Amino acid sequence: MNNLFVYLEIENGKVEDVSLELLTKGRTLANQLKCQLEAVAVGSQLDNVGKQVFPYGVDVLHTFDDARLYPYTSLPHTSILVKLFEEEKPQIALMGATSIGRDLGPRVSSALFSGLTADCTSLEIGDHEEKKEGKTYTNLLYQIRPAFGGNIVATIINPDNRPQMATVREGVMKKEILDVNYQGKTVAHDAKQYVSDTDFAVSVIERHIEASKVNIKGAPIIVAGGYGIGSKENFQLLFDLANTIGAEVGASRAAVDAGYAEHERQIGQTGVTVRPKLYIACGISGQIQHIAGMQESSLIIAINNDPNAPINNIADYVITGDVETVVPKMIKYYKKNSK
Amino acid sequence: MSLKIIVLAKQVPDTRNVGKDAMKEDGTVNRAALPAIFNPEDLNALEQALRLKDEIPGSTVTLLTMGPPRAADIIREGLFRGADGGYLLTDRAFAGADTLATSYALHEAIKKIGQFDLIISGRQAIDGDTAQVGPQVAEKLGLSQITYAEEIQSVANGKITVKRRLEHGVEIVEGKMPILVTVNGSAPDCRPRNAKLIQKYKYAKTASEQQANDDAANSRSTRANAILGEWSATDVNADPKQCGLSGSPTKVKKIESVVFQAKESKTLDSSDQQIEELIVELITNHTIG
Repeated sequence: MNNLFVYLEIENGKVEDVSLELLTKGRTLANQLKCQLEAVAVGSQLDNVGKQVFPYGVDVLHTFDDARLYPYTSLPHTSILVKLFEEEKPQIALMGATSIGRDLGPRVSSALFSGLTADCTSLEIGDHEEKKEGKTYTNLLYQIRPAFGGNIVATIINPDNRPQMATVREGVMKKEILDVNYQGKTVAHDAKQYVSDTDFAVSVIERHIEASKVNIKGAPIIVAGGYGIGSKENFQLLFDLANTIGAEVGASRAAVDAGYAEHERQIGQTGVTVRPKLYIACGISGQIQHIAGMQESSLIIAINNDPNAPINNIADYVITGDVETVVPKMIKYYKKNSK
Repeated sequence: MSLKIIVLAKQVPDTRNVGKDAMKEDGTVNRAALPAIFNPEDLNALEQALRLKDEIPGSTVTLLTMGPPRAADIIREGLFRGADGGYLLTDRAFAGADTLATSYALHEAIKKIGQFDLIISGRQAIDGDTAQVGPQVAEKLGLSQITYAEEIQSVANGKITVKRRLEHGVEIVEGKMPILVTVNGSAPDCRPRNAKLIQKYKYAKTASEQQANDDAANSRSTRANAILGEWSATDVNADPKQCGLSGSPTKVKKIESVVFQAKESKTLDSSDQQIEELIVELITNHTIG
């Protein structure tokens, strides 16, 4: 009762990073709240989930193992969480802001009439005073998220309803093992008691899921392009630089929306949050929503022909000039001076 | 088998083009400075609906939107592109609604519309980016859902086949109708406005717009106009306690405008010398190479 729950996303038996990141954050919050961290695994062939998640400090792992529960479909997973939450009454429930978590979370919150905050960038514990009613709430979950295209940051609370639900994007929280020998217990539930046959109203006919080819999140150096790059073809220049110096190519939302780069390269509040040792921003003006996803980079170089571009404010080096001029020179002088 | 399709659409401030005057000095959003637009992914949703209408004779597309009176523009915009009609759900009682209170109001309006085979909406709106309202409407109506749709591939024998675009791939799924589908921005763009339909519907008005028009002393047009549906909370039998702020479990505790710590930066020009010096510095301190 009153514990913190994390819904685990599992692909081919492997717990996804986003879930491990949530467990890491969940463990910290659970310590503050002096409650247990519990994880929920719904799927098929879940035998290896325990050893993947216990090191993150999971006290209880709930498993629901049934061949029909993998791959994910909305209704069966919703039914399981709704019933489990009615039994266990968690104070907080977290899930990934992924195509699964954002499909599942709203349904669960609607069924339980518990508030859900999407795409949180920070989660904290704090108090709240409702002055009109003279009520004080302690140890609420502050769900902090950008709104209005990233121009404001809102702190959302659910004073009266439980669980307090939130989704978080991959890469926003850090993944950190607590103790490789941490001992939690597994509770295997009978999935049939939680789902009905009518829940299987949608069936997956075909599925092509590939491990992401792009590893923006883990890249030590990122060359990122914005709308200012001008075309998909011009993005090739960034790939040339990235290949030369051993970097990955990222993009702003504007560049992705314009079709210059794939969505999986998107950096910012609606994409991935990155913390590389070097971030080279090319033709990126620096909308708040982009800056929020890369400002923790150790070193930032901004290349822009607009000397007043907002990104320059957070850059360590500002190169004022055309990307088409500057980037080839960077390639040239790297080749000349390396080794 | 003809289809009755409901498209959920939202009028949103264009947060993608935020100018300098979009934020007030106190850090709140100056909505008046942002143009109100048809939420982009709702246009993708409308296109999927119109394609089904083209394909299956006798099918109808009905828009449903919730918002202030000016959100009637959304219905007109839909009519210009080929929808058959629409309803504006507008009432001060809905103000301050979070996603749950919004989905509650919408589901009551859908019950009032009555029969349908398919509800299609955009995956999410650009002012909130939550992607919650679609699934919550489905849950409240007891419907199944297919989110992240890129293409409705076929509708036959009471079943719908949909291609979903996910983070790392695609899925083809089949679901039983009635069902709710949310559509991604990666789906085809919406067709443009049709000149004939603009002529036909440009004077289409809601009852309150008609009223305002009649009240105007110099009312230019007196011809009979198509009337757009306009419903209040009472019209759709919505429980006031579940609407607006009081029906919203989430509360906004605090809003801050975003200010980033400015760094002291070194400015270079694009000369060969300056760029070579920078690269050499990065190599020397092992940042690259």
